[in-house]
Amino acid sequence: MTPAELKLAADGGRAVAPEAKPGPVAAMSLRGMTVSYGEKPAIFSVDADFEQGAMTAIIGPNGAGKSTLLKAALDIVPRVSGEVRVHGQPLERARGRMAYVPQRASVDWDFPTRVIDVVMMGLYRELGLLGRIRGHHRDAAQDALDRVGMADFAHRQIGQLSGGQQQRVFLARALAQAADLYLLDEPFAGVDAATEAAIIDVLKTLKTEGKSVVAVHHDLTTVQSYFDRVLLLNVRRIAEGPVRTAFTSDTLAATYGGRLAAAQIEQLELGGAV
Amino acid sequence: MGAEFVQLSLTPILIGVLASIACALPGNFLLMRRQALIGDAISHVVLPGIVLAFLVSGTIAAVPMLLGAGAAAVIAVALIEAIKRLGRIEAGAAMGVVFTTLFAGGVLMLERTDTSGVHLDVEHALMGSLESLIWLEADGWASLTDPAALAGLPPELGRIAIACLIVVVLTWLFWRPLVLTTFDEGFARTIGLPVAAIGFGLVVAAAVAAVAAFDAVGSIIVIAMFICPPAAARLMTDRFGVQVAWSIAFATLSAIVGYVFAGYGPLWFGLYDAVSAAGMIATVSGVILALACLFAPRRRRLGEGRGSA
Amino acid sequence: MTPLFQALTLQLGYNATLVAIGAMLLGVAAGASGSFMVLRKRALVSDAMAHATLPGVGLAFIVMVALGGDGRNLAGLLAGSAISAGIGLLIVDWMTARTRLGEDAAIGAVLSVFFGFGIVLLTVIQTMSGGRQAGLESFLLGSTAGMLLADALTIAVGGALSVAAVWILRRPMTLVAFDEGYARSLGVNVRLTDLMMMGLVLAVTVIGLKIVGLILIVALLIVPAVTARFWTERSASLIWISGAIGGLSGFAGSAMSAAYADVPTGPVIVLFAAALFVLSLLFAPLRGVVGALIRHRRFQARVHRRQGLLALARSEPIHDPVTLRLLRSEGLIRADGVATEAGQDAAARAVRDEWRWEVARTRHKDTALTGRYDGLTPIESVFTPDEIAGFDRLIAEGQT
Repeated sequence: MTPAELKLAADGGRAVAPEAKPGPVAAMSLRGMTVSYGEKPAIFSVDADFEQGAMTAIIGPNGAGKSTLLKAALDIVPRVSGEVRVHGQPLERARGRMAYVPQRASVDWDFPTRVIDVVMMGLYRELGLLGRIRGHHRDAAQDALDRVGMADFAHRQIGQLSGGQQQRVFLARALAQAADLYLLDEPFAGVDAATEAAIIDVLKTLKTEGKSVVAVHHDLTTVQSYFDRVLLLNVRRIAEGPVRTAFTSDTLAATYGGRLAAAQIEQLELGGAV
Repeated sequence: MGAEFVQLSLTPILIGVLASIACALPGNFLLMRRQALIGDAISHVVLPGIVLAFLVSGTIAAVPMLLGAGAAAVIAVALIEAIKRLGRIEAGAAMGVVFTTLFAGGVLMLERTDTSGVHLDVEHALMGSLESLIWLEADGWASLTDPAALAGLPPELGRIAIACLIVVVLTWLFWRPLVLTTFDEGFARTIGLPVAAIGFGLVVAAAVAAVAAFDAVGSIIVIAMFICPPAAARLMTDRFGVQVAWSIAFATLSAIVGYVFAGYGPLWFGLYDAVSAAGMIATVSGVILALACLFAPRRRRLGEGRGSA
Repeated sequence: MTPLFQALTLQLGYNATLVAIGAMLLGVAAGASGSFMVLRKRALVSDAMAHATLPGVGLAFIVMVALGGDGRNLAGLLAGSAISAGIGLLIVDWMTARTRLGEDAAIGAVLSVFFGFGIVLLTVIQTMSGGRQAGLESFLLGSTAGMLLADALTIAVGGALSVAAVWILRRPMTLVAFDEGYARSLGVNVRLTDLMMMGLVLAVTVIGLKIVGLILIVALLIVPAVTARFWTERSASLIWISGAIGGLSGFAGSAMSAAYADVPTGPVIVLFAAALFVLSLLFAPLRGVVGALIRHRRFQARVHRRQGLLALARSEPIHDPVTLRLLRSEGLIRADGVATEAGQDAAARAVRDEWRWEVARTRHKDTALTGRYDGLTPIESVFTPDEIAGFDRLIAEGQT
């Protein structure tokens, strides 16, 4: 909201906002998302439009509600209010078009299963309760592993994987889902450089295929090289848009407050005054 | 192994094996979900369930008893869940509050009502009476094809067989969603699986197994079989399907060896009377688990636990 | 005078009085040490310990008879139960640390196997003593009827000693239960404290066997602690509130059981504690369900009101039915969704607050303050009136 609009609004709420120009349907649009753990909102009334065919980073300080926003969008955590639409459809009708890559630490890696079995989980919607696993299912799972560079690890016990390899397996499971929208929760947290490169490679390929990618992201130094768009979040939505215009020293200062020293922001070589 | 075996040992062993398998199967999932003690809670609340059923129906017929026990188990599970969420209390403590309270209520009801003359007491509930489930009408293996003799089979055998079959079929049918939700609940939700319903369904299936097994063999076996065979199996392999197979093998082994030990073991030590079969089966399952803890090939952790990364 | 009144005022004979006092002391010790277990999230370890006492009781009986003594000597039986419960505890710890099995599985395994083995021993004893009832079954559910004076004394003294131990251990215990890392930094030996607390819980379990029985003693360790949790956020007071609830339950339960025939002590004590739990769960002001429900409804209303007002101010359509209903019922919008006078005023105020926060955040890049920018915190609660006036001036300047 611009100052002018705010002034009008402050005059009595009679102002009429300019009609939003009808753009393409967002891959995912969130309206008024509020989630609270107890009496304090973790996120409050967050609106967001994740553009189709773009890679969007959700960034913000620790405890800003980044993962919560993703989980609320997927109905993993209950929300106080809010509406989710995926490709213009309600969430339940669009489940098959989205794939989620949770944080590595959300599961027990001592679970007695193999890499290929985890990737196969991505095919559940296709297989159903008792559907036979056929050759093309196995091929799809193997192909997904191939894309993340883990083709030779198919029969490895998941407990034997490194952190980076675990992340790749989760990504492969999402790839097996053959979705249009990929939602990743801190895909680069605690992974080695080779895995980070491999993951970003896969994500960029997805983008060229016209798929949409949304990732909770921590590392401010790589935002510009990895992503097209950002959503800056700190309980509220602070800014949203193309990296060039929304990822500025002003918006970062507003998002991170005193937690981000001016020197750090300068290192990012952004426009705008600090 | 002749007529005497068929008459005195065949049916108790079969009942013991079926009860053990019925409990061990859901036990595998409960173990992986860190809910192993649900079996403990369920087996405790069976007592108030049957006492209440007796007070309401006035008989000790099997059907009202089983319904009462099943209802108590489901209510207990719902209460645990409610207390956990509403009171923000850790799962173990919530369980402890619910099952001890219901059990205490059951004991009090039992003491305050006239159940003399009825076969209803706490010790029986705990230990069962596997030894007494004999097949008097049998006079050899040929009786297995004799309709008249078959009609004399202890009714517990039929009930536990049906319960075991139900558990096996449900496990087979819902194998994929069960494994999926057990491994990665968040992901399961995103692909539209009804995670809460699956979790509740699992616990209800466990309750069915526990109640039917309790009817035949008492609650000690129930708790032991929910945990020991799956836990020992967990240490044998890194494939979940293989683990389930091992757990069935261990459950069967515990039931057979335990029953034989209880019946014939004391004779070897110069004692004349048999000891509690239910207790011995639980003990054998514990010995198997102990051996697995010491020597099993996959006894150490591999990956990081949930939340430790 | 009714028997209950007599019992409550300790006029039902020497033994009953001793038992009531013993049960009360036991309840205090159990409540206090149980709060430690609950805070450490190890509530059910005590259940494994309690069930693991049974083989110890059986073996102690067999050993005492073999040595030519009276198998029913309470002190001897309790010593046996303490040893086997201790072994059970060590096995739980060992399995959790050395194998891939979780603590819940270890607890369940120890609980069922020890108990099963104990039952085997009981059947052995039944045949051994040639039909003579050893009376060991009373340890399952506890029994204070016909208790010997020496037994009552053992329980009373044991209860008093446990309470003394709680008093001595209260400081390290509170520190470790509340924040292990902090306790360590203060030089508290966490491992030793844990060990001593487990020892205390073990003592309480063993003393409680005769009164409450091994199946229900765990309730005395868990229920008071969980109940106390509803009334306080401070672990120091938690211990004593829990102890008080335990003591009250122990005393009232044993008195009621002494007053009426056919009322077993253990279950009554547990049910009394459970009744206090249910009352607290529902009505405790701090964490009770009713209070929390009301607060949550209010919170939800605040969220929807705020979101609705902001949408009004921005002339965005409101779809959320909850928001619409709320705004209508408060007279902020008309039935057709258009803002009323009051609604427009409120919307303007909401937007003014947003705007003030906006300025505040750029002025004060201070996390402690701007971290509160969550859409609901009134700005007046964070900034002084003159600071807010300053924001308003900046807003006015920005608009010209």
